[in-house]
Amino acid sequence: MREISLHLLDIAENSAAAQSRNICIEINENLQSDLLTVCVTDDGHGMDAETAKQVLDPFYTTRTTRKVGLGIPLLKLAAEMAEGGLSLVTEPGKGTKVEAHFVHSHIDRMPLGDIAATFLTLLVSHPDIHWVFDYRVIDRNGENYEYNFDDTALKVELANMSITEPDILKFVRSMFEEGIEALALQMVN
Amino acid sequence: MPAIKSLEELKRVREEALQKKQMKAAAGNVQVIVAMGTCGIAAGARDTMKSVLNFIEANNLSGVSVTQTGCIGMCEQEPILEVVIGEAPKVIYGKVNPEVAEQIMKQHVQNGMPVKDYVLPI
Repeated sequence: MREISLHLLDIAENSAAAQSRNICIEINENLQSDLLTVCVTDDGHGMDAETAKQVLDPFYTTRTTRKVGLGIPLLKLAAEMAEGGLSLVTEPGKGTKVEAHFVHSHIDRMPLGDIAATFLTLLVSHPDIHWVFDYRVIDRNGENYEYNFDDTALKVELANMSITEPDILKFVRSMFEEGIEALALQMVN
Repeated sequence: MPAIKSLEELKRVREEALQKKQMKAAAGNVQVIVAMGTCGIAAGARDTMKSVLNFIEANNLSGVSVTQTGCIGMCEQEPILEVVIGEAPKVIYGKVNPEVAEQIMKQHVQNGMPVKDYVLPI
């Protein structure tokens, strides 16, 4: 994987596969403390302590189609390469929280990449899940910038209309792209 | 700074989309499925998905449902994309980069002819 946003897509797919109804993705760029933190929280079926230990092993998987899992170990490796780490908090029947942190300025830190594409892919692929996306940046002067998306209002408004209808798709795609772009612009100014 | 999309605008967009959809309802049920396991994502499945969505948007293609599936055990063929049209059997494609995805959307989804070069023998 070449982007942290691809890892987020992958981890969120795990959450979706765990029958989650609510999934929240948080991205925190703190330039003051030079830390990048990403987090996926779900209310899926969770894991017992034994399984939680095993998922950090690249040779563990619940899938039956191949013998290696890789998702979480890959993110852990990416975080450790940038002097960070990964934490996993989970409880059977309650859900799972995967958090990875990176030293923001570390030369080996992967770029965040196309966050808007990750958000759009998840929203389109799993229309029955309640998605919350939160992207926050704290600049060097401690100023706070935030892009927050909760799909509740959007889904009420759409009712039974599919997100993949061309006009709706255009609306949602540009909503993400403009929202994230606006945040970047604010920071430059 | 670009304007953030409002729900008012969405309301209007939805009404328009509804009218267009009713006009095209006869097209039959079309499903495009992108494999989104770790292997798929690492091989570029998100770009493949993006290409499918861009095609729908650019060509105003109504009535296509786009979903995902996990790893189907052919990791070396990723990105994998499946097309199901009406009652016809599912067609599974391998090594679908954004360009191939566009070709599949055009030739298969829009015109009903599978892109034989990329069909995986199952």
